[in-house]
Amino acid sequence: MSLTAPASATATPALPVSLNGVGRSFTAVDGERIVLRDVELRIAPGEIVALLGPSGCGKSTLLRQISGLDRPTSGSLTIDGSRVAPADQRCAVAFQEPRLLPWRTVARNIELGLPRGTDRKRGAERVSELLELVQLGHAAGQKPREISGGMAQRVSLARALARGPGVLLLDEPFGALDALTRLTMQDLLIDIHRAEPATIVLVTHDVDEALALADRVVLLGTRFDRPGATISRIIDVPGARPRDRASTVLARLRAQLLEALGVPSHHGR
Amino acid sequence: MSFDERGGASVLRHSGSEGRRAASLFGFADSFGFSAAGTALSETDGADGRGLPARAVALGLVVPVALFALWWVAAEFSAIPDYLLPSPAQVVNAGIELAQAGLLGTYIAISLQRVFIGFAIGTSIGLALGALVGLSRTASLLLSSTLGAIRAVPSLAWVPLLTIYLGIYETPKITLIAIGAAFPVFTTVAGALRHVDPYLVEAGRAFGLSRGRLLTTVQLPAVVPSIVSGLRLALAQAWLFLVAAELIASSMGLGFLLTDSQNNGRMDRIYLAILLLAILGKTTDALIGLVEKALLRRWG
Repeated sequence: MSLTAPASATATPALPVSLNGVGRSFTAVDGERIVLRDVELRIAPGEIVALLGPSGCGKSTLLRQISGLDRPTSGSLTIDGSRVAPADQRCAVAFQEPRLLPWRTVARNIELGLPRGTDRKRGAERVSELLELVQLGHAAGQKPREISGGMAQRVSLARALARGPGVLLLDEPFGALDALTRLTMQDLLIDIHRAEPATIVLVTHDVDEALALADRVVLLGTRFDRPGATISRIIDVPGARPRDRASTVLARLRAQLLEALGVPSHHGR
Repeated sequence: MSFDERGGASVLRHSGSEGRRAASLFGFADSFGFSAAGTALSETDGADGRGLPARAVALGLVVPVALFALWWVAAEFSAIPDYLLPSPAQVVNAGIELAQAGLLGTYIAISLQRVFIGFAIGTSIGLALGALVGLSRTASLLLSSTLGAIRAVPSLAWVPLLTIYLGIYETPKITLIAIGAAFPVFTTVAGALRHVDPYLVEAGRAFGLSRGRLLTTVQLPAVVPSIVSGLRLALAQAWLFLVAAELIASSMGLGFLLTDSQNNGRMDRIYLAILLLAILGKTTDALIGLVEKALLRRWG
């Protein structure tokens, strides 16, 4: 395992990610169940990619392949040219659930994300820097059960950022939040990416979220005649962030994506 | 005083005929131990860090006070002879008498010492084995059935073996108590570790925690409540096994006081020993209750 990440994140460059014919199948009672097949994708350093697709299509499974928490049954993945290690430390994950340790304070939870061997003083500085970044300076000493769901997700995000990851993996991080908090969090993520430009892979089933955040939207889908999801479409999203949520260009892309997901968009009626 | 002239050996001679009685007393102590843990648990629940309300204290005292009054009335004003039911005053006098002979303090101290040493050793072993079996599937498959079988052996069944191998002094007694204390911790910890939120464990792994650090950072803190309830059960077991050990082969301690008084027909001392066991058991349980509160505030 390479532990090259320095204590201060600002020094860590964003890393390119490459997925080469990635497939993943699980052995079920009635034989093999193919979840993913032939996923082929190159992600540039600093790019934000949104993985979009219907529920249960394997988006999270693909994210777990990149993080090294799960291994592909076929194909390979590399980060910065070298193979993804088990629980690869060049990545950091913010999960769908905040997954905070309930007995630790907010600050101590963020500390968990620091690279091993960070010295105490540097670590404390980094944690308070991150608390400011996610606007939780006032909640440093609180326990997870004392804070709201939106705050918990921000802690989870700060924990993922703590090591200054080369690749930041976000698994529907705002999925459980209310609509307004979600918009605020999206803006926050844009700010964070500007301050610390990591490569970001974001899993979402929210078309608007994908269009607001991503440079490219990667659509995962299953063809009726073949089991296993693969990339069905890649859409480049124009415009610098933060984007006008009401832009007509985005509206057209939104209609296309919804159509591709099998939802009538009623656009242009 | 006939008490001083009796040695451990004479007790050993009686051990055969006493087996049944010891077993029934063991059973009694069993229900006692667990109810002690039970009441104290509900107390901490009610308290919830805000101190016991006066009403809870008052209600908790109703039954003991009533029992004491009933005892006193029955002993003083009924036809039951003293050698079957001593009065509270006689029991207190028996205590004073033993204390003046320098025996009461010694007996209490030696029993406490045995319980604490056996408890410390047994719970450490239980924690280590519980962690092993709870975390490793291989270890679980390898050890679970064996440990389950050892656990199924009744405490008194170990006594002859331990006496032959380890003699009649402290080692066999502490070993017996350690056996008794190990299993509740082992069972609760192994079970709890198997059910630690897999999401938290995965998060720990994702942030680069090695197996050892994962254990100390995520898994053990997550099972602190289970460890504490295991410790509580272990303490009750330690007192049970103490009496079992002291009934059979000893010349000191509260269990010995029970056997010895039975042989001498000293009903007042039997009552004294039982009351002391109740008070000591309850007090040590309350101490663990305090530890529990502190730990749960930190880790709960």
